Amino acid sequence: MPPLLRRVLVLCASIFAVLTFNFFLFHIIPGDPIRLIARSQRLDPEAVARLRTTYGLDGSLPEQYGKYLSNLAHGDLGYSFSLHENVADIVGRALLNTLILLTVSTLIVVIVGIAIGVFAGSRQGTRSDSTTVVTSLVFWSLPTFWVGMLLVFIFGVWIGGLPISGITTPNAVYGNWFQYISDIGRHLILPTLTLAIVDIAFFVIITRTSLLEVMGEDYMLTARGKGLSRRTMVWKHATRNALLPVVTASVLYISALVAGAIQVEVVFSWPGMGLLMYNSVMARDYPTLEACFLLTSVAVLVANFCADLIYRRLDPRVTVGT
Amino acid sequence: MTFDLGATDGGAVAAPPRRTSNLRLLWRDRLGRTGLILLAISALMAILGPIVFPFDPAQVGANSASILQPPSLTYWLGTDELGRDVFSEFLAGARISLFVGLMATLISTIIGAGVGVISGYFMGPVDGGLMSMTDFFLVVPALPLMIALGAIFGQNLLIIILVIGFLSWPRTARIVRSQTLSLRQRQYVARAKSLGASDFRIIRKNIAPHVMQLIVANTILVVAGCILAEATLSFIGLGDPDRISWGSMLHFAFVSGAIGRGAWWYFLPPGLGILLVVLAFTLVGHAFERIDNPRLRGSA
Repeated sequence: MPPLLRRVLVLCASIFAVLTFNFFLFHIIPGDPIRLIARSQRLDPEAVARLRTTYGLDGSLPEQYGKYLSNLAHGDLGYSFSLHENVADIVGRALLNTLILLTVSTLIVVIVGIAIGVFAGSRQGTRSDSTTVVTSLVFWSLPTFWVGMLLVFIFGVWIGGLPISGITTPNAVYGNWFQYISDIGRHLILPTLTLAIVDIAFFVIITRTSLLEVMGEDYMLTARGKGLSRRTMVWKHATRNALLPVVTASVLYISALVAGAIQVEVVFSWPGMGLLMYNSVMARDYPTLEACFLLTSVAVLVANFCADLIYRRLDPRVTVGT
Repeated sequence: MTFDLGATDGGAVAAPPRRTSNLRLLWRDRLGRTGLILLAISALMAILGPIVFPFDPAQVGANSASILQPPSLTYWLGTDELGRDVFSEFLAGARISLFVGLMATLISTIIGAGVGVISGYFMGPVDGGLMSMTDFFLVVPALPLMIALGAIFGQNLLIIILVIGFLSWPRTARIVRSQTLSLRQRQYVARAKSLGASDFRIIRKNIAPHVMQLIVANTILVVAGCILAEATLSFIGLGDPDRISWGSMLHFAFVSGAIGRGAWWYFLPPGLGILLVVLAFTLVGHAFERIDNPRLRGSA
């Protein structure tokens, strides 16, 4: 089987597994979902029947499953009973806002993290190296949401000056597009800073470890023997090879990134998927929660697939089927 | 270990038993020592703290003047939004946070080690099936899944422990599998087999002891992850309402507007507590990794 086809098949199987898992999660266990939705033990049978139809809970289990899949295929994610709107519309808006936050913060985290990691790793054993390692371990041990709370306190209550909530200033009137973008940019500062403080540490540690492994290879000794400058050795020879394991590790980071984004969105009321998930938990809005879980999981699976493709392109040594 | 002739096989992966010297090496590593000391402090705090300063969740303040009070001689860390003593609440939270973290790690390690050993030892279709499942759980985003499960199954300590434990095992399984794969190629396993030892006996006598030692560093890092996961879940509002943890303290501090009122005594201690405990486990875990892989040394 061609390697790419195999990968695509694995991706499809995983997505199908998530879809099915999601179905069982919200349709079968535990007990009667209608009771959860209605939050009442006593309902007249007519109301129960109506609720069953509304939430696709009527008919046998295979029938429900078939209906669930066909609704998904039509882009119908159900109806939110806390926001009184189609879940698909709500989720669409939230997804865009989350993507803005994730794109900006991921770029900063990856670039800064790798740069610091190479800096520390190429100075193994020095004071600046050990300081970097200790600082990274401390920052990586911080709960993301708590860092956010501290920043809200510092910049919202104590010093002030930066917006601590939302994506734009409420009721703001914009003269042109630039003002609108810069308003979003100002609201992005603290959420991005929060993610950066915690997540940069991850890339610093991974990059440093990987660089140390590479620096011990024979070809680095050859490079030194050729009389190459330290800078050329570290940045041209070592870093290039050290980045491969970093790409592999990034796959594990995707899950941490999603977790971080959820926390940051809750703390800063950033109107994305994370805040939506939080609000649906608070309101026990199961259709919305279900859609959030489904979309996040599928997005992560696809992101992993892409990271895997990039990795295979970067490293021709990787054989298929492992 | 009758058949343990591993040293003559010249393998590089499984080190011979050296538990005592491992601890000594850990103590010699500066970061490892710091981690051990921090661990001792946290353990003391969680075990003795609630005995000396018992926390009574029902003992709320008498009037509005007693809520969110700054630290004083009566209330060393002030009071929360219900007028309760934050200091004793903090100590009670330490116990729950550590308990959930350790229990979830126990579950995660049992599943991870079990899946890894079975997968690596039997290979073939068993391995293929188990590893597909492992890879699936490795990439599915854990926090959204935990939130969904927590929201559906309700909020109590047992559910939280199970949810975190059942979602934290894939990396352990991967590590254990690769160790098992290399261990089962050793001559002493072949010898044991030719002497008629059953699969179960070989796993128990020849594989498990080596695997256990090699997953120590990993397990310690899993504890850190589980404690953070509990804090995050409780902060999201899925904590056990009857058992206060550091995460749920921060949840109530957040939703009660303690930040806006500048009640730093309420939201600083639980966060610092989480940082202390997670950092302790992280430092010890990384020190173990450095001991296993000398190339990484020279950082402290």
